[in-house]
Amino acid sequence: MKEKDIRFVKFLILVNGAVPLALLAGDAIRHQLGANPQKFAILTTGMMTLIFLVLTMALTPVRKITGWNWLLPFRRTLGLFAFFYACVHFLLFFSLDRSFSVSGTLTEMVKRKYLILGSTALLVMVPLAITSTNAMIKRLGGKRWRALHRLAYAAAICGVVHYYMQVKADVRQPLVFAAVLAVLLGYRLLNTWQQRKPAPVATIKPESE
Amino acid sequence: MKEPDKLASSEITDPAVYFNRRTFIRAGVLAASAAATGLVYRRLNPVGRGKVNTPLIEGLTTPTAAEAAAGFRVDEPQTSLEHIAHYNNFYEFSTDKEGVAPAAAGFDTKGWQVSVEGLVRKPGVFDLDDLLKISPPEERIYRMRCVEAWSMVIPWVGFSLSKLLNVVEPLGDAKFVAFQTLLDPKRMPGQRSRVLDWPYVEGLRMDEAMHPLTILASGLYGRALPPQDGAPIRLVVPWKYGFKGVKSIVKITLVATQPRTTWNEEAPNEYGFYANVNPHVDHPRWSQATEQRIGESGRRPTLMFNGYADEVAHLYAGMDLRANF
Repeated sequence: MKEKDIRFVKFLILVNGAVPLALLAGDAIRHQLGANPQKFAILTTGMMTLIFLVLTMALTPVRKITGWNWLLPFRRTLGLFAFFYACVHFLLFFSLDRSFSVSGTLTEMVKRKYLILGSTALLVMVPLAITSTNAMIKRLGGKRWRALHRLAYAAAICGVVHYYMQVKADVRQPLVFAAVLAVLLGYRLLNTWQQRKPAPVATIKPESE
Repeated sequence: MKEPDKLASSEITDPAVYFNRRTFIRAGVLAASAAATGLVYRRLNPVGRGKVNTPLIEGLTTPTAAEAAAGFRVDEPQTSLEHIAHYNNFYEFSTDKEGVAPAAAGFDTKGWQVSVEGLVRKPGVFDLDDLLKISPPEERIYRMRCVEAWSMVIPWVGFSLSKLLNVVEPLGDAKFVAFQTLLDPKRMPGQRSRVLDWPYVEGLRMDEAMHPLTILASGLYGRALPPQDGAPIRLVVPWKYGFKGVKSIVKITLVATQPRTTWNEEAPNEYGFYANVNPHVDHPRWSQATEQRIGESGRRPTLMFNGYADEVAHLYAGMDLRANF
């Protein structure tokens, strides 16, 4: 894929990823978020975080199965979107639910397991976002960078359990996320195990564009 | 290999046109994909809601000053009818609070009957119209606190459950009242999935059932109940979490022992039989100390017994409310 095309597809992802946020904001301004707009906005940004996390992690298996290596550069865009929505999700909770009270947020966080899991997911994503640049990939080296970025799975697992724990009875949606995540994780584990057996020295290069 | 030079220079697309076309296609792809994403989002998060135009209830009486002081009328801003009718927990139709109203639209309650049976001297099957004639419709403005930590203020129309119980004359050994919602997966599509153990059942202790604040509601905002709010008749117990207010009631049974209740069976450690609103006893997974009043920003402190402590605290004197949550 040409450099120009890569830039275009990245822009395409950027625009499409921003569409839900734009519609959410537009609905909020026109008072169209329903009876509990705070909860709706928090839930929707949380869902977007999970969707982008799953898309990010699905990219490598899809690339390997199809051989579409041109997909690789877009993983970072998707992953950064997941981090972006996670930050918006947290800021909405902090402002609308906790009224900007740091102590109120912290006391609630230590008391509620689902909040501990949600905060863990967000914190885990911080180093991943920071080390997403080309310079950081070179500095860390491909092997260490990849090991670090496997934490994305930890973030996603925490995120899905965080969602599951707040549902009263209808757990179908969080279970769909969990199932997709299990397939992705299973694929990666199987892949690692197969690679380890015959020990073919695969050359690990930093993600390049 | 072909000689590229064989191509006449006139056949080569002018670079300006070529790049224009490329830009044009890209703009098209961009617009189409953004529109598709927007449509998917809109499909999952629809806006615009139907109006409530159920029949007006005639002969509505308002509480006297003494009754208002006894909790019949809360002096707090009322939640809008639109919000009350489009933010519902009624799993018989949908587990999505915003999705209940559309799923319940057209719910047919013609020929509705309520069977009152069990430990009573005069059991009977009441046609809805006859049941509603037992006592004139009263306006009761109550706080409604959901176990999910949101709340509303709702102007119900109804009358005390005790009026009906007095008609059927409970026997001395009747200690509890059990309620049951309609079971009909054809009319209640949510019952086709096994999210809960249908039919929905609830119960009250006899003294709770006889308390004047406990009402059978048939309307809100002076109109007949919209289907999504529990048409045609439901229970309202303002000092308890909303799930105690069983909707679309078809059967009331007076019994000697504590009846089984749906949410308690679903998760016994999370939902008790009593389910009294209590800011000091948290749900195992979330706090009950504060609540989100629908239509307000920020959170309000939750009141003991939902603000009805003066009226009902004596019912639980000497009881450990932590054990009997």
